[in-house]
Amino acid sequence: MMNLNTGFWHELWISIDDLAIGTGIALTVSILAIIMGTILGVLIGLALTYGNFVLRTVARVYVDVIRGIPVLVLILTFFYVLTIWGINLKPFQAGVLSLGVFSAAHVAEMTRGGLQNIHKGQNEASMALGLSFPQTFISVLMPQALRQILPTWINTVIETVKGSTLVSIIGVVEITLVTQQIIARNFLTMKFYAVCALIYFCIGFSIERAGKYIEKKIAIK
Amino acid sequence: MSNRVLEISNLQKAYGNHQVLKGVDLSLNKGEAVSIIGSSGSGKTTLLRCVNLLEEFQGGSIKIDGKTIGYKEADGKRQRLSNREITHDRALTGMVFQSFNLFPHLTAAENITLALKKVQKKSSVEALEIAHHWLGKVGLPDRGESYPGQLSGGQQQRVAIARAIAMNPLIMLFDEVTSALDPELINEVLDVIKSLAGEGMTMLIVTHEMRFAYEVSKKVIFMNEGVIGVEGSPDDVFKNSDNERLKAFLSSTKF
Repeated sequence: MMNLNTGFWHELWISIDDLAIGTGIALTVSILAIIMGTILGVLIGLALTYGNFVLRTVARVYVDVIRGIPVLVLILTFFYVLTIWGINLKPFQAGVLSLGVFSAAHVAEMTRGGLQNIHKGQNEASMALGLSFPQTFISVLMPQALRQILPTWINTVIETVKGSTLVSIIGVVEITLVTQQIIARNFLTMKFYAVCALIYFCIGFSIERAGKYIEKKIAIK
Repeated sequence: MSNRVLEISNLQKAYGNHQVLKGVDLSLNKGEAVSIIGSSGSGKTTLLRCVNLLEEFQGGSIKIDGKTIGYKEADGKRQRLSNREITHDRALTGMVFQSFNLFPHLTAAENITLALKKVQKKSSVEALEIAHHWLGKVGLPDRGESYPGQLSGGQQQRVAIARAIAMNPLIMLFDEVTSALDPELINEVLDVIKSLAGEGMTMLIVTHEMRFAYEVSKKVIFMNEGVIGVEGSPDDVFKNSDNERLKAFLSSTKF
């Protein structure tokens, strides 16, 4: 009779490399998606806030459409549907792209909210002092908006990391897919899904704590 | 004439169909403090905001130090200047707002140094020196490191005054600067303005503090429904006028 307990530790020991690589890939996909989503999202948020009618409408349509589509559908769309137009993305690329596009919609909306929440007196005081709009934006508006949107941005980061599990469906070998492969070999279903969950929890929890710390550090006194 | 710092002629301003300023003429000599009083909606704040170009206006002109600000005539048509030129003209005046509008993420000193560095391209050291000079002048020599949230309303407004005046404007504009303050904090702000007036700062003051307007100004203007109703020395306006609207207004305020 096989000792299940020893079996698990042994299995874990021989899977550790795969799990580490899976974690690395999940983090890489997430980080790239967040970088892309943040840059794209802030730009779209600026268009939503300060753009002319056309720019605002385009940005609004983007945000509403993307936020209305499940991430999983986005991932499948980027991987399969784009091939119709001859665009063949690798699973990794399609994963980063879809998660990035998804988080951009959220970042855009929070950027708009953050900027519009700033009292118009801030803008007027800056103008009265002779600051140009770019100077006002960089020194007065953005620092305040960033503090406001940080908590929601951290949330989006965590959601993106969790959303990265979904790219397993198109074959990106991240934590979830690695776990499934390990289970297919040793049938320790419960235990390895628990390991998988624990890894995600550690990542999410660390991001949350780090976010809280930064929030405190930069809080307006 | 060379003494004339501000010259407003026939200023017209409308929000849609609502005419707020119906042809205002006003002039200000160097070193003069002029107060504008009047009920809410009489156009006094709008007038001040026009001088700072925070509002567009449809007719008339504003000259500061002999130069027309905000607009130019081109091919017989009136045109608003480019943003860059507007920004330049705006710097001729310093504005203090009812709601302070300090930058909450910056310390008192940083609030003052920001525009000195960004607009006037002063070095950090020089900007900080100027900031501390003016913080001293408004009675807050040791609050430079405090954030607005750590200061009382009166202190915040004094920082806002220091921030505006540190830019060395030709005219200071005060827009109901004590209206948002608790009664016990009003005097510390008014005293600062009085001492600046005493030092010969040119200023245009919109206020609801009648006693202060009486004491600080050389000239008082009563605005009523978008025009200047009564204009004259404090005694002329507060004591000797027989304008019915002014009398009704004064009887409704405390002196």
